[in-house]
Amino acid sequence: MLTFITKRLLVMLATSLCLTFVVFFLTNLQPNLEKLAKTEANNRMTDAQVISWLDRNGYSDPVLFRYGQWLGVMPGWVKTDADGKVTGRCITTGVAAADAPGYCGILQGYFGRSTVFKESVDVIILKRLSLTGILMFWVMIVMVPAALIIGVLAGMREGSKSDRTLSAISILTTATPEYVSGVVFIVVFSSMAVGLKWFKGSATSAMDDITFANFTLPVMTMALYGMGYIARMTRASMAEVMTAQYIRTARLKGVSFRNVVLKHALRNALIAPFTVIMLQFPWLLTGVVIVETLFNYKGFGWTLVQAAGNNDIELLLSCSIAAVLVVLVTQLISDIGYVYLNPKIRVN
Amino acid sequence: MESLGWVEIFGQIFVQFTPVWIGLVLIFVLSAMFKRRLGLYGRLFDSTIGLFGLFIVLFWVLTAIFADLIITQDPLGQISGMKNKLPGTPVPGGDNSYYLLGGDNLARDVFSRVVMGARFVLSIAPAATLFAFMVGVTLGLPAGYFGKRLDTILSFIANMVLAFPVILLFYLLVTPEIRVTGIPTIMAAVLFLFPIVFLMMLFQSRYYTEPAKRNLYCGITLIICLWAYSGLAFNADPLGVFYMDPNLLNVFVSVVFVNSPTVFRIVRGITLDIQTRDYVAAAQTRGEGSWYIMLWEILPNARGPLIVDFCLRIGYTTILLGTLGFFGLGVSPESPDWGSTINDGRKLLSIYPHPALPPAIALMSLVLGLNLLADGLREESLKD
Repeated sequence: MLTFITKRLLVMLATSLCLTFVVFFLTNLQPNLEKLAKTEANNRMTDAQVISWLDRNGYSDPVLFRYGQWLGVMPGWVKTDADGKVTGRCITTGVAAADAPGYCGILQGYFGRSTVFKESVDVIILKRLSLTGILMFWVMIVMVPAALIIGVLAGMREGSKSDRTLSAISILTTATPEYVSGVVFIVVFSSMAVGLKWFKGSATSAMDDITFANFTLPVMTMALYGMGYIARMTRASMAEVMTAQYIRTARLKGVSFRNVVLKHALRNALIAPFTVIMLQFPWLLTGVVIVETLFNYKGFGWTLVQAAGNNDIELLLSCSIAAVLVVLVTQLISDIGYVYLNPKIRVN
Repeated sequence: MESLGWVEIFGQIFVQFTPVWIGLVLIFVLSAMFKRRLGLYGRLFDSTIGLFGLFIVLFWVLTAIFADLIITQDPLGQISGMKNKLPGTPVPGGDNSYYLLGGDNLARDVFSRVVMGARFVLSIAPAATLFAFMVGVTLGLPAGYFGKRLDTILSFIANMVLAFPVILLFYLLVTPEIRVTGIPTIMAAVLFLFPIVFLMMLFQSRYYTEPAKRNLYCGITLIICLWAYSGLAFNADPLGVFYMDPNLLNVFVSVVFVNSPTVFRIVRGITLDIQTRDYVAAAQTRGEGSWYIMLWEILPNARGPLIVDFCLRIGYTTILLGTLGFFGLGVSPESPDWGSTINDGRKLLSIYPHPALPPAIALMSLVLGLNLLADGLREESLKD
């Protein structure tokens, strides 16, 4: 087990290195840098001025070097201009050039500054991630039990009328992406013109104070899309378990249907959905971006949109690290959990 | 002129869709008559769910084909005084025409835009899915069949792309700036190569014992494919038949890129399973080449799950395209595609819900139809 985890961790490390390099490369393409220079300094700069600005701010080194600096495995750039003033990647205001550390990258815990929010990236990411964490928590609380109940109820009597109805509902929810269900919910529940006016169409106020009125719609919108998929997987797994020999034996022994489902079938039927639920996290990430934009909830997804829209390189990089880590860690947990839950599989 | 009531609005819409209804009736009557001879497609008519899905999908396909006949107004035209007007409002100037589903924020006809949006979505989503399948199949078969290092490398790359949050990838890939660097063209050049490789291997492995036939098939494929390739990837078609708007190419390539790793994983998994069958062993004993076994023994036997996944994936691609439109990525602001229309409409959603709802319902129904169709196909193909 230990070698398995070590191996997986190494693969994870390699994957995140590759992925961050791809993000670094794509955000640092020449046209993006020129755009950055123009938004940072002056919109009407000439091409020569852009180049000299980029050069002054350390953007002219080869990409691989700058990626190394960002990681913290290469010394940060240091430049002395015509007046003898020393600037550098690691030289912040208030620190003398001589005292500044040689290396400053994410390995040293330096994530850079956001050009959009004018704040340290790690502060922003932590704040936004915790907001999104709250949203995710409620989504999971709503989505997982509902999906499991629908799946088990549908799968325990395959082909029955209740199975047909519940399966149709789960297909319907998987066919409704967040931006569709969100729009429909806002119209039905909060529109000033026709709606029921039960909930608020914006979740901005939920960032300070979560109430039933301002948080129901975003949670429902997100939970609905993921729910159908998990429910269908649970149904398939439940239906398969219900045809197993030991269930028939239990039935023939005279165990009540209720007990067969709850005591004999349920545990075995829940192994497969566990993996599916864990693998839902990467999907939820896209959902988070859509829902937070739609409901104006300023969490991680919203930040990602802002960072990408304004080519805020360092913020975008840290966002992608966070996102990729979430995906990889959930994959790892799902693998370990699967092995742990399912005695039929043993890793050497 | 009076505004129309809801009954009249739906009546008018129903009449506007006449070409679609005629087409649907024709297809269904003909298919029902010959259903015993149509294989899997014919058996779909025995399953209620599948039939319902097929109905919805065909409805949208026919709508996309006959869009020019169905629309009542110019989908891009703005008529002053029609901004955010409610459904059924007559157009000023009075030639007895109405904004059947109202006007949007820029005074354009919502109904016509939704109908035109169907054409946009249905011309990209299936094609992008097909390309993703070509890439996935061409790489997945050898990865599953040969295994070892090839499998390790390809799986690592596929997992890497899958670990990338889709939305972040889109934000990085589908920007106007990136077009300047030529990355979309390079990606297109690589991704569009796979269908050619696939078709060439298909004919080569089958007919290499009959060089005349092989040369004919391969030659024809090569000429047509390279012609299309030059036009689509590099925009250098000498005859100007194949052409893709650079914006569209960017969106298309990104969607193919995001979809192909999943197809790769599915194909690889099925290959690993089928590879152990007796007929594969028989082919190996006969001394058939690896590519023959992969393309002519394994692939046809994997068609069931692949067809089902193809349907589901078109739906998923439709959702992805909608997401792109929703974030305003890649498509022109004028574009009537459903995602952008929803995005335009949502800004005033709580006051004027009518511009955003029709495209939302349209997108949902198409994806639902594809899901139901996939379900029906799966059910029927399992009966074998």
